[in-house]
Amino acid sequence: MDKVERPLSPHLQVYRPQITMVLSILHRGTGLALSLGALVLACWLMVVAIGEAAYSDARVLLSSSLLKVCYIGWCCCFFYHLANGVRHLVWDLGIGLERVQYQVSGWLVILFTFAASACYALVVII
Amino acid sequence: MSLISSFNRFLGLDAADKGVGHWWAQRLTAVALVPLGLWVVFAFASLGDFSYKLVVIFIQAPMNSALLILTLLMLSYHSKLGVQVVIEDYVHDTILKSIILISASFVHVVVVVVGVFSVLKISLGTPG
Repeated sequence: MDKVERPLSPHLQVYRPQITMVLSILHRGTGLALSLGALVLACWLMVVAIGEAAYSDARVLLSSSLLKVCYIGWCCCFFYHLANGVRHLVWDLGIGLERVQYQVSGWLVILFTFAASACYALVVII
Repeated sequence: MSLISSFNRFLGLDAADKGVGHWWAQRLTAVALVPLGLWVVFAFASLGDFSYKLVVIFIQAPMNSALLILTLLMLSYHSKLGVQVVIEDYVHDTILKSIILISASFVHVVVVVVGVFSVLKISLGTPG
């Protein structure tokens, strides 16, 4: 069966970014990033299980500046996905679905992400 | 009579009643991951320079081993369900979609087996 290339109605490109759609896209993006983090977590555990020699070899890679940037990124992703995930769970209870409510909760999620990431960075560095 | 091919049923691409299970599993793992995720993030903050000794002592503590295993199970399941939805939404070619879905499932199984086995080996055995 041949696919017919029918014209599609305009999608994302014609919409002004709104907090609901931006946060929704971010939720997916951060979720995917955290999935990669799970992969690295499993690799890290495996290297620890293999032994001290393997671990000290892997530490060169694990403490590289590229991965350090990734760790910071994963922290921000985690705090965002956590806060927005709780927002989704509250929605599932049928709460917070009014226009003003989901806009306020959206901004609270953004605020929480920055605050929690900043606090965490400070705690880890100190 | 079912109108779905057995191959699609194997892939979990069958009727909507399966969606309820997916939805519930995603929410339940999400709820579990709220405390577990916070625990992991703050546990990492306590690991200082991530020296081998510190890391092994941390993982070997029974409560930490148990919580790590729980986290790995919940995280990989939650991640599998989430990644599956993203693939289903954006990959439209049936064959390519099947290949990517299967690969993603395999990767998640590998993550959970490698992760859990490693934690068990570190906490029960005598690593390297």
